[in-house]
Amino acid sequence: MWKSRPEDKPISPNAVQPAFTPPPTTHSTVALKESPKSSDPFRADVAHIGKSVLIKGELSGSEDLYLDGEVEGSIDLCEHSLVIGPNGRIRASIAARELVLHGRVEGNVHATERVELKKSSTLMGDVSTQRIVIEDGAFFKGAIDIPKEPKNEVRKAAASAPAHVSTPAAVSLAPQGSFLEQK
Amino acid sequence: MRWLRGTGEAQIPRRLPASQLQQKIERHSSGFAEFMRRISGEESRIAEAKLRVASDEKLCILDLGQTSPINIPFFAQRGIRLYNEDILRAFREKTYMVQEEGGIERLDVAKFFEENFAYNEGQFDAILCWDIADYLPEPVVKPMIEKVHQMLKPGGTMLAFFHTKDAGPDAPYFRYNIERHDTLELVQGPSFRLQRVFNNRHVENLFKSFASLKFFLGRDQVREVLVVR
Repeated sequence: MWKSRPEDKPISPNAVQPAFTPPPTTHSTVALKESPKSSDPFRADVAHIGKSVLIKGELSGSEDLYLDGEVEGSIDLCEHSLVIGPNGRIRASIAARELVLHGRVEGNVHATERVELKKSSTLMGDVSTQRIVIEDGAFFKGAIDIPKEPKNEVRKAAASAPAHVSTPAAVSLAPQGSFLEQK
Repeated sequence: MRWLRGTGEAQIPRRLPASQLQQKIERHSSGFAEFMRRISGEESRIAEAKLRVASDEKLCILDLGQTSPINIPFFAQRGIRLYNEDILRAFREKTYMVQEEGGIERLDVAKFFEENFAYNEGQFDAILCWDIADYLPEPVVKPMIEKVHQMLKPGGTMLAFFHTKDAGPDAPYFRYNIERHDTLELVQGPSFRLQRVFNNRHVENLFKSFASLKFFLGRDQVREVLVVR
């Protein structure tokens, strides 16, 4: 009754296939899949600390960390990301590239790239970061500071950007200017 | 009329119809527009000062409302140092009631201020109080306004909202999200009960230590008050 369409035919494994050129949208799909990589706590290259673990003192490392236990002291992950799970209870100052918080933190947070507060999270302390994402329901008590990158660095970044990158894209890497600068 | 006098508890859970849950209302706010004009004036003063001397001075604003995913980026991206302290939540999470001899319960105001409002004198250029004074327990309101007066810099601004007498005790509690410099979005918040209604004379008395007081009347059941230290 129905005409079989050529694409419905089973492909034999020996058949020569044309080189696959993904449509433009595929790139964005891949990019989307890769972008939350750092917040995926179940990657093989992410260190895990379980919910029954209690650490008192200084916690430092040079890899991404998923932390669902308790820490009292300080956490220093330099250029790596930290995900604090829903059972995480932290009384420490935190320094990391990126922080995703589901649990509770009492202490100051310094994240060079971004901080994401999920709806179940509680953060009591001062935050210094370039970008912040807050879900509805998150509780925050403290100060938020988004330091501006020095203008020289922004200019250097724009100058060193490849020629095909348009100026607006390069500018968008910098934090948004002040209200007055936008006028 | 008990609700007019207020109760000791800030939060009394009540059931809301499903249609009212997550209700969002857009509202023009002349008070907030004036607040932003004053902030912009302060911003230009700081920007001029930065041109003259290398300084890291930033505008400091304290938001006493519920943590808002919109308000924090709104100010932070403008280079403003924003502080957030959800005062009503402090009452929801912890009881500050103590039992005296004879079984009478009273609110331990000193304990409340030990754990909250731990800021320096003259730390803030502006404070967003929203309508929390209407929902706070009676013994806390006056000390809080005194504390706010201390925390503001001379010339600093505070924006507060007060319900009019037309608002009943079941007036829902809203979180105020900043949409634009003159528009707010009201989002249904947790269940807090309106404790009282301040009339204009009460409001004037409340802010008598401030240098100036400006009322903005809205079409809804909320008055906006802009006070300057």
